[in-house]
Amino acid sequence: MTVSIQLEVNGKPVQAEVEPRRLLVHFLREDLGLTGANIGCETSLCGACTVLVDGNAVKSCTMLAAQADGSAVTTIEGLAQNGELHPLQEGFWEKHGLQCGYCTPGMILSANYLLAQNPSPSDEEIREGLKGNICRCTGYHNIVEAVKYAAERMS
Amino acid sequence: MYPAQFDYRRAGSVDEALGLLQEHEDAKLMAGGHSLIPMMKLRLAQPPVVIDIGRLDELKGISEAGGSVRVGSLTTHAEIAASDVLAAHCPVLAEAAGHIGDAQVRNRGTIGGNIAHADPGSDIPPVLVLLGASVHLQSPSGTRSGAAGDFFQDLLMTDVGEDEILTHVDAPALGAGTGAAYLKFEHPASGYAVVGAAASVTVHHGRCTAAGLVVGGVDATPTAVDVSSLIGTDLSDDAIAAAASGLSAEDPIGDIFASGDYRVHVGKVYGKRALAAARDRA
Repeated sequence: MTVSIQLEVNGKPVQAEVEPRRLLVHFLREDLGLTGANIGCETSLCGACTVLVDGNAVKSCTMLAAQADGSAVTTIEGLAQNGELHPLQEGFWEKHGLQCGYCTPGMILSANYLLAQNPSPSDEEIREGLKGNICRCTGYHNIVEAVKYAAERMS
Repeated sequence: MYPAQFDYRRAGSVDEALGLLQEHEDAKLMAGGHSLIPMMKLRLAQPPVVIDIGRLDELKGISEAGGSVRVGSLTTHAEIAASDVLAAHCPVLAEAAGHIGDAQVRNRGTIGGNIAHADPGSDIPPVLVLLGASVHLQSPSGTRSGAAGDFFQDLLMTDVGEDEILTHVDAPALGAGTGAAYLKFEHPASGYAVVGAAASVTVHHGRCTAAGLVVGGVDATPTAVDVSSLIGTDLSDDAIAAAASGLSAEDPIGDIFASGDYRVHVGKVYGKRALAAARDRA
């Protein structure tokens, strides 16, 4: 069977027929070509697949595309506006918040969710907010700096 | 990792979900999917039909009435952790929910899915058993409820019948003079509790009048510790340590990260700390 879904992805309406077992991350990457959400651990631990669903950071490897029916999804591709990097993207650039970059889209979307809840987090709150995102280059120090940079820019 | 193929049905009401459960043998209910989808990806679960109940607003929300708090089964861990109602009336439940996984997991995982899955490393079950909460179930033949202490039957086994939906949990609000705490020794990779200790104490005029301690992660189901020796004491550190050392399990669970004996030991340490934290809040 297939499920008919209608959702909004990065502000654009999307309609699709998906297998029930289609995971949101596969739908985004393979059906929509939005490869920013990465597949890391596939076990809801690493956070590389983090996207926003109706404003909430979620792990798209642990959500069915069918569950996102009717929702608004934001991926890393949807953050820059009119060719201008989002302050978080700029922060990761300025503060060297990435090395290999694999975790970066998930980090940025989790940080985006964190800043929406708490616009000026402490270092500790940033680390707690990004607990569900693992960087195996272990560049956490600069990631925290990048989020602080963005928090200042966005305030 | 893909789950095996299944048919997907989305319920628009509890009654419709109950009907779908009747109609489809071996169907599984899915709330946030944060226990079921990982099981399905590993092919540990291969339900032929998944009934999505994630949009049933009638099962969402937190309220307080007559000295009791009610949490709908589809309420997310994030909503529980941030609840003003729980902060005022039952903060230990919010505290435990805030320890679950990480922000993304808390945004999708629900209290009903969590306890229906009944992972021994889950943070919620020991708190519900400590509080003497009741778990409410609905089936085509009506509704019933049972004590949380009887709800968790074995590893991943609960009192939920095949034709039932878990609708909500009721827990008594913490009264004056009562403090409670949940402390967790977290697995550094998975975020599950290796051991989680939920404790409460009630103090009147400097003397303990009631005390409870329930430890998760040591056995297949939450382990209640007899801490009645604390009643009548001034809850000194020594008295608390002696009470917490009563934790025991005949056949504790063990894995490559933590042996059964180690879990019992850590359970005593965290039990002691949870009791002390509860005392300091009473």
